[in-house]
Amino acid sequence: MRAGLALLAVLLCSPAFAASPVDVFEFDSPEQEQRYRVLIDELRCPKCMNVNIAGSDAPIAQDLRAVVHRMIVQEGRTNEEILTFMQERYGDFVLYDPPFNSRTGLLWLLPLVVGLAIVALVWRLVTGARTRQSQALTAQEEAALREFLDEPR
Amino acid sequence: MSKPSLFIPLVVFVAIVGLFYLGFGLDERGQLPSALLGKDFPEFSAPDLYAPDAIITREDLLGAPALVNVWATWCPTCKAEHEVLMDIAASATAGTAGLRIVGLNYKDDRGKALQWLAEFGNPYAMVLSDTNGLLGVELGVYGAPETFLLNPQGQVIYKRVGDVNQRIWEEEIKPRLAQLEAAG
Repeated sequence: MRAGLALLAVLLCSPAFAASPVDVFEFDSPEQEQRYRVLIDELRCPKCMNVNIAGSDAPIAQDLRAVVHRMIVQEGRTNEEILTFMQERYGDFVLYDPPFNSRTGLLWLLPLVVGLAIVALVWRLVTGARTRQSQALTAQEEAALREFLDEPR
Repeated sequence: MSKPSLFIPLVVFVAIVGLFYLGFGLDERGQLPSALLGKDFPEFSAPDLYAPDAIITREDLLGAPALVNVWATWCPTCKAEHEVLMDIAASATAGTAGLRIVGLNYKDDRGKALQWLAEFGNPYAMVLSDTNGLLGVELGVYGAPETFLLNPQGQVIYKRVGDVNQRIWEEEIKPRLAQLEAAG
C-alpha cells in the first residue's frame, strides 16, 4: 500500500501534470487537437531554449502556438510543412528532433561514437585481465615459487 | 594495459574540452543563429506606423543598405540602443553608404510607440508596425531588440540578436558596410 502511494506521488510530480500556460484554441476534430499537442511538444521555444513551446510562457512561444494552431486548422498544413516553416525561420535548433545533415551529423553521431569507444575500452580492460590470469608460470618462476614455499618458517 | 592506451582518457578529455571551448567561445552563445543569413529578406507587407493606411513592402527596403531594427516601447534595452541609433543615423558613415535605419515596431501599442519617438527622437527612415508579431515570426525574431543588416539587393548579410551598441557598430556593421561599398 505504502509503495503504491509512493509511486503515485512520484508519478503525480511528472511533467505531464505540471502547470502549463492555458490557451483557448478550438479545433475542428480531435485529430487536429492531437496533432497540435504533438507539434508544440516538438518545437523548442526560441527564447527559453530549454523548454518546448508547449511549456513556455514567453510571448514568442504564445505566438508560435497560435501560428501552429492557425496552420493546422485554417491553412490545413501537414505536420511536415509546419515543422519546415519553423525551421526555415528559426533554424534547425528550433526542432527537438533535428534533421541529419552535414551540420548536425556530429550531434547525432558523437554519442554513438563515444559509446562505442567506451565499450571498446572496457572490452580491452576485461580481456586484458583474463589474459594475464591465464598466463602460466614459466619453469624458472615455478622453481622459485617451490623453493619459497618449501622454506622452513 | 599497454602504455599508449593509458593516454586514451586524456585524449578524449582534451577533445571534449576543445569542443566546449569552441562552443562556449563562439560569440552570441545562448542565441539562435539566424536562419535568414545569406538569404533574401522575406516578402512582406506591413502598415506604416505613422500612416497605417500606407503599406510598406520589401521593395521599399531595396536600393541601398538598410538596418532593420526590431524595437518596442516595452523593451528597456531598446531605450539604450536608441541613442546609438540616433548617432548612427546622423553619422557620416551612414550618410556616405546611403544606409537607412528602418524601424520594426514589434508587438507594441501604436500610440505608445508614436509618443516614444516624439519624445526621444526618430532615427528611422520609416517605421513598420507589427502589432501581432506575425511579421516577426517570418523573420525568425523572438524578442527585442534585434537588428538585420540588408544589402541593397535585400539580402540579410548580418543579424544581431541584442542591442546595436558602439562595439557592434564598429566591429560588425561598419566593416560590412565598407565591404558593400567596395564591392558595389
